[in-house]
Amino acid sequence: MASDIETKTDSKEEKPAANIQSPYFKNVRGFFEGVTLGTRFSFRFFREIIRPRYEFNEFLKQSYLIGYRSLPLVAITGFIMGLVLTIQSRPTLAEFGAESWLPAMVAVSIVREMGPVITALIFAGKVGSGIGAEIASMKVTEQVDAMEVSGINPFKYIVVTRILAATIMLPLLVIAADAVSIYGSYIGVNLKGTVSFHLFFLQVFQALSFSDVFPATIKTFFFGFTVGLIGCYYGYNSNTGTEGVGKAANSSVVFGSLAIFIIDMIAVQLTSIFN
Amino acid sequence: MESIVAEVNHIKKSFGTKQVLKDMNLKIEKGENLVVFGKSGSGKSVLIKCLVGLIEPEDGNVILFGKDITGLKESELNLVRKKVGFLFQSAALYDSMTVRENLEFPLRDLKKLPREEIDTLVLDVLKSVGLEEAIDKMPSELSGGMRKRVGLARTLILKPELILYDEPTTGLDPITSKEISHLILDVQKKYNAASIIITHDVECARITSNRMMIIKDGISVAEGTFSELSESKDEWVRSFFK
Repeated sequence: MASDIETKTDSKEEKPAANIQSPYFKNVRGFFEGVTLGTRFSFRFFREIIRPRYEFNEFLKQSYLIGYRSLPLVAITGFIMGLVLTIQSRPTLAEFGAESWLPAMVAVSIVREMGPVITALIFAGKVGSGIGAEIASMKVTEQVDAMEVSGINPFKYIVVTRILAATIMLPLLVIAADAVSIYGSYIGVNLKGTVSFHLFFLQVFQALSFSDVFPATIKTFFFGFTVGLIGCYYGYNSNTGTEGVGKAANSSVVFGSLAIFIIDMIAVQLTSIFN
Repeated sequence: MESIVAEVNHIKKSFGTKQVLKDMNLKIEKGENLVVFGKSGSGKSVLIKCLVGLIEPEDGNVILFGKDITGLKESELNLVRKKVGFLFQSAALYDSMTVRENLEFPLRDLKKLPREEIDTLVLDVLKSVGLEEAIDKMPSELSGGMRKRVGLARTLILKPELILYDEPTTGLDPITSKEISHLILDVQKKYNAASIIITHDVECARITSNRMMIIKDGISVAEGTFSELSESKDEWVRSFFK
């Protein structure tokens, strides 16, 4: 989010002017400018979302592209996550004679933490980078300008619909990933033993409580919103030709992933306070 | 004065330390083709982007259809923009939409327009650029010349009173360039729209211009017809036509 604002300095000026030119000051200033622009961008999102006209068809299209098209990747990852977690945890639990706790342990760790975070990270990699690159290339090829010239609000049509779709689709993907992951765990349990489907899921649902599911679901809305917002921000503000497309995609993934961990840390703290 | 479609008065625009437009003035009348000529980086594209409100000038004003658009609210500006067509250098077709959807897109705000009427409008403008057969193709399936034609069809669909062409022949072979230039003339005759054509293609300027303006470093340095400017006493102006 750094910006290159040149500051004219007079040679007669004293130390403070020289400090303003220092790379450290530029970085700090760039950081705060970035935060300000990002905040302004999110405020604009909330302002535009309530104003007509509502781009419902584009929202549905984006939901399909962002949500449904990500389902296979999320499902495969979820399945492997459940399977591997089960296989890796079994020996440790077996040492304590607690193998029977395997379904409960896997279910709680998937639903509370691993499902939301890993799905969100994959989402940031696939959807965040896709949004960043797509919008940036729309800017490079003047499609955003073309919309504006046609009297269509590009922010509403491009940005609002994508952020909204990301916010709503990620929780649904996490629910799907959790379900597939627990099924993967069931397969993992049955690789070295025999546990019936009914008994396995009985133990899973007995272990899970409302306080596990609710906060984990709520935080995924924030994950989705952040991934969409960061992708759109970097795409919409890219302006350095084709190089900007790569930068926008890269920054969307890097900052999107970082934001997921920060939100998760805050969410865990808040959940533990309320629990 | 009613015949004046667009007017630019003393506009200035800088990017960082570089002043791209220093003191630009321009007037265009209904049905006129004005070619703005100049070297790359002389501020031609910035000028037409200021004209349509994509870039806000630091000083001066832009009057479109008798209304000063500098500092206008987005919603008011959008109403004025409906009368302006803009053919971008890259044609700026929406990649995710078919040719038909690209052409229907600017019509979205015309509520309750019957399906048949939309289809007729789309087919009409496609016919006028000679591309009816490409209606269901994606932009990626089109050649550079075809993309420009579709881009032009999209600008024509709202029957604009002013059309801005940003380097319409750049990146095209000489034959296709000529076809596009003649198409611009046809559009002028058929729609009686005023056009500002930004170019550095001499042949395009010769075919399309009623009047020409030459820009150097953000200032208009010469104005006249193609033949007047090609025989100018100014060596620099004449050098464009060699």
